[in-house]
Amino acid sequence: MKTMFKTTALTAVLALGAGVAAAEIRIGATVSETGGASFLGDPAAKTLRMLVEEINAAGGVLGQPINLILYDDGGDPNRARTFASRLIEDDEVIAVVGGSTTGTSMAIIPVFEEEEIPFISLAGGIEIVRPTKPFAFKTPHTDRMACEKIFADIQARGLRRVGMISGTDGFGASMRAQCLDVVGDYDIEIVADESYGPSDADMTPQLTNIRGTAGLEAVVNPGFGQGPAIVTRNYAQLGIEVPLYQSHGVASDAFIQLAGAENAEGVRLPGTALLIAGILAEDDPQYAVVQAYKTAFEAEFGQPVSTFGGYAHDALRILVDAIERAGSTEGVAIRDAIRATENFAGTTGIVTMGEDDHLGLDLAAFRMLEIRDGGWSQID
Amino acid sequence: MADLLQFLVSGITVGAVYALLALGFTIIFNASDVVNFAQGEFVMLGGMITVFALAAGLPLGLAALIAIVLTAGIGVLLNKLAIEPARGAPVVSLIIITIGASIFIQGVAQIVFDKQIHRYPGISGDAPLRFAGATILPQSLWVIFGATAVFVALWLFFTRTLTGRAVLATANNRLAAALVGINTRYIMTLSFGLSAAIGALAGLLITPITLTSYDVGIPLALKGFAAAMLGGLGNPFGALVGGLLLGVLEALTAGYISSQYKDAVAFIVIIGVLFVMPQGLFGRKSTERV
Amino acid sequence: MRLSPKLVSLSVLALLALVAPMFFPSGFYYRIGALIFINGLAVTGLVILIGYAGQISLGHAGFAGIGAYACALAPVHLGLPPALAVVLGAALSAGLAWVVGRPILKLQGYYLAVATLGLGILISMVLTNESQWTRGPDGISVPDLGLRGVLADMGWRLTAGQFWYWFSALVLFIGAWLALNLHDSPTGRALRALHGSEVAARTVGVDVARLKLNAFVISAVYASVSGSLLAMMNRFVTPEIAGFMHSVEMVVMAVLGGVGSVLGAIFGAAILTALPQALTMFHEYEKLLLGAVMILVMIFLREGLLPSILRRFRGKEE
Repeated sequence: MKTMFKTTALTAVLALGAGVAAAEIRIGATVSETGGASFLGDPAAKTLRMLVEEINAAGGVLGQPINLILYDDGGDPNRARTFASRLIEDDEVIAVVGGSTTGTSMAIIPVFEEEEIPFISLAGGIEIVRPTKPFAFKTPHTDRMACEKIFADIQARGLRRVGMISGTDGFGASMRAQCLDVVGDYDIEIVADESYGPSDADMTPQLTNIRGTAGLEAVVNPGFGQGPAIVTRNYAQLGIEVPLYQSHGVASDAFIQLAGAENAEGVRLPGTALLIAGILAEDDPQYAVVQAYKTAFEAEFGQPVSTFGGYAHDALRILVDAIERAGSTEGVAIRDAIRATENFAGTTGIVTMGEDDHLGLDLAAFRMLEIRDGGWSQID
Repeated sequence: MADLLQFLVSGITVGAVYALLALGFTIIFNASDVVNFAQGEFVMLGGMITVFALAAGLPLGLAALIAIVLTAGIGVLLNKLAIEPARGAPVVSLIIITIGASIFIQGVAQIVFDKQIHRYPGISGDAPLRFAGATILPQSLWVIFGATAVFVALWLFFTRTLTGRAVLATANNRLAAALVGINTRYIMTLSFGLSAAIGALAGLLITPITLTSYDVGIPLALKGFAAAMLGGLGNPFGALVGGLLLGVLEALTAGYISSQYKDAVAFIVIIGVLFVMPQGLFGRKSTERV
Repeated sequence: MRLSPKLVSLSVLALLALVAPMFFPSGFYYRIGALIFINGLAVTGLVILIGYAGQISLGHAGFAGIGAYACALAPVHLGLPPALAVVLGAALSAGLAWVVGRPILKLQGYYLAVATLGLGILISMVLTNESQWTRGPDGISVPDLGLRGVLADMGWRLTAGQFWYWFSALVLFIGAWLALNLHDSPTGRALRALHGSEVAARTVGVDVARLKLNAFVISAVYASVSGSLLAMMNRFVTPEIAGFMHSVEMVVMAVLGGVGSVLGAIFGAAILTALPQALTMFHEYEKLLLGAVMILVMIFLREGLLPSILRRFRGKEE
């Protein structure tokens, strides 16, 4: 037992003190590969590993191979914070991708700000980029934009009275707050506001209450993971007739399969070009990038691409593009180059960053999708 | 009125899930005085093995059988490798061992299976049945039927069979049971196998409703544990009532009070009941075991 | 000559904290050290509850949550200086522990486990749901303690990592000293008598209910202060800090290391804090390994790692 302990200690020391290697571009990542947000982090981690291999096979960046150092924070902000320190102080990376959730992203941003290391988050929360922080960027649309897109569509359909049912996880709670905040800009009234826990098995009580709300005209469900699939099933079970809107948090083919095509029929959600790769026009500016990523990912892992993997794809591509343009591995130079990103075609949209815009996407990049016959179709 | 009925339907469905978990806790506790926090992993395994067996093209019946048998085997292994060697350890060590087992099984599952969420169609299809303004999924009826059947079978087992009585005798006094010739090691092995099989059955029944993934075990185990404690550890009837009560309470809270705090009400009730009845609603008076 | 165990424990602790930084290959290790000390503080409280008094809690992360959110909210809403927010958090935790402790501690074994579990979950639920105060599951930023700035003004410049390493080491040292003093006091002896047999302790005139309550309240304060330190070091906190898994983590650290002694429990905190960092290269197998370690230690080293290791050494000498 004692020798085993010694060996463990030795391994620990070796692992912690992994040496510095020769010329390479060190890029760090901390994502939630496991835990409650693994739905987001797992495809992101897969995507990053796949892309780095691809980039290195094509000659790397600035003539050097990328060394991706990826940690799994399990969705725990405290662990993410530890890994952020480790990436900067021990692994000495030049930039970091990650933070699968708004919580983990917000927990680690101060580290990057202090060390002047560029950071591209994969989380939805608007507070990551507003107010603008000098070194923090992100690739996903904000949850506020998702609310705006949904409300605009509801309004265009001539509907007014909306019920909400939100997950109490970070994603659902944050989007719920943004929706309540932005609803005043539309001629829409929130008439019901229910919630459910991330591991709940049945939402019919909440939906029964929503169904019983007088004059209900539409329902919005901010959430991710299995929750929205169960909500969609229960919605059909209760025979609620008004339109159901899901968020970009469910945007993958897996959702249709989990919710059941017949239950998901007519469900609308703001999604990205990635989801409708099959029906995308060939002259669409995102056509090439979306096809390339989708084909590569599905061939490599045998599972459908999701929007979340797409966020990681865009983050790494933007970063690599910026490093090439900066011609330097120095933090401020890379940051300035990311800021100068212009008309970059990603899976999520066409990105044009700016001094005061560390997201670079507008509502146009969001496509209002509707599920028809078990597949996606574009409304606008 | 239709609303109330719908809440009750929801509560009984979810409650039946909790009851199945609580029954699993009960069997193992009776045989070994161990509360097995890995019980939720048996449920996960039941669902996940079925998912992958179906994906491999097996028919549902065979997939279900494989899931139950494999999980029962894992239950027996858990007992042989982790619980039996720790005989006589204090409660806190046993809690850590079974939570450790739970984490271990999750760790294996995330490698052997995947981290995706899965589902397969219900046994009798997914078209809801309507009655008196409320709706219920046929699969919910299967879950409720499953919980009732397991309860009745256990009750008959514990009261009518020699082996079942041997389990109860072991629960009351291990030494005395051994002295009258009961093979207590065999009883423990049997209980773990049985409990794991029940967990797997629960898993394969609930997956069409709740969906499954490698990490669903711990939240389920906590609810099942709470239900078992509410009913009183060691009593199958208590497990059934505790589970159903917890499910109905949650549904009524979500329906009438606040969906945000439905889990809170469940725990407040449990703490309240324990204040008044420290052994739960139907618990047996246990010997002091600190 | 034989040194008192108290003196040995404190000297070992101080020596390790002082010497370790000489071997740090990078600034990151200060953070790991600080995390070990902060976790060590929480498990020292559990030594009093589990090790001395023989009671279980699966909800102590709830108190860490109270301590952490006191530091996030009190400076903003009440205008308290962060240092006083720590005290406020500790007072709130102690108050809550005192109110719920009396009825809860009448329960035994698994019933006590489920009641404390429920308590912890209730606290984390309030932190998650009352988002108008706590800003919900995505967390809230925490004001700076300010002491580092004061030190810098006095010409003593430390990085954040260094500051929190030394500061949390100091707090842990004080916490350990208090716990060790308690161990040798009449209360400590009465507590340990209670651990042996509650009935026997009661027969010889020990006020069992009051003693258990004291142990519960004291351990809640340790957990609360540990939560405060973690929040202020990270400058950010989410409701995760009060979650069930954090409660389990604390108990596992304490019991794995050896819950019978302060040093053992802190050793457990060190191992479990450093282990995930060492295992990142096998990250795929991390859960599997952690689970296996928990099972194996509890089976083969029942008193915990440190006491078992020490016994081996002593065994060889004799």
